[in-house]
Amino acid sequence: MQILYFAWVRQKIGLAEEQVTPPEQVRDVAGLIAWLAARSPGHAAAFADPKQVRAAVNQEFCAPDAPVAPGDEVAFFPPVTGG
Amino acid sequence: MATPTIRVQQDAFDPGAEIAGLAAGRTDVGGIASFSGVCRADDGLRAMVLEHYPGMTERALGRIAAEACARWPLTGCTIIHRVGRLLPGDPIVLVVTASAHRMAALESCAFLIDWLKTRAPFWKHEELADGSTRWVEARAADEDAAARWAAA
Repeated sequence: MQILYFAWVRQKIGLAEEQVTPPEQVRDVAGLIAWLAARSPGHAAAFADPKQVRAAVNQEFCAPDAPVAPGDEVAFFPPVTGG
Repeated sequence: MATPTIRVQQDAFDPGAEIAGLAAGRTDVGGIASFSGVCRADDGLRAMVLEHYPGMTERALGRIAAEACARWPLTGCTIIHRVGRLLPGDPIVLVVTASAHRMAALESCAFLIDWLKTRAPFWKHEELADGSTRWVEARAADEDAAARWAAA
């Protein structure tokens, strides 16, 4: 599973992307966040308040209950501020 | 139905040329509306760095433009969004819409910038005069502006 981070989520984690293999019980975005948060202090800081983090699965905005599967591209980032 | 033009680029753009381009070589265009977003020097802003999600950005903008083309009878639609480091006074974003009549052009232009601000993966990072930096926070007013067009 390819994970991408943007904006302050990227800064706190210290990575723009990483390849991960979560255990089978990680089935949705919320579960993935909980699992990723345990990887490092930076991850824990980035995901300390999951409500502040938005997600996209395969480049589509997704809610926390959206399913994730091996091979997906999952991105985490703050609410968008373009325009 | 119009085929939207979507560009995400570091370089500056020429709003006049983009506006003229939607009328060039055709006689069915009766109105062209445009919105230019400019980097504003709030709070001693020295520069702004725009980050985006390559790939998803183009998809999201394409979807927003397609929605505008489905809702209004547009003859043309252009969205250009810059990324990278921009200075106060620099143009950031351009939305241009063309139609046979003004209302479709004006409404769809407002729709596009409202939806772009809440549905396209860009993030602004500000560099202030004192050397500090900060991420721009999403504004509830932008969500409200997007919501007035109702979700599709």
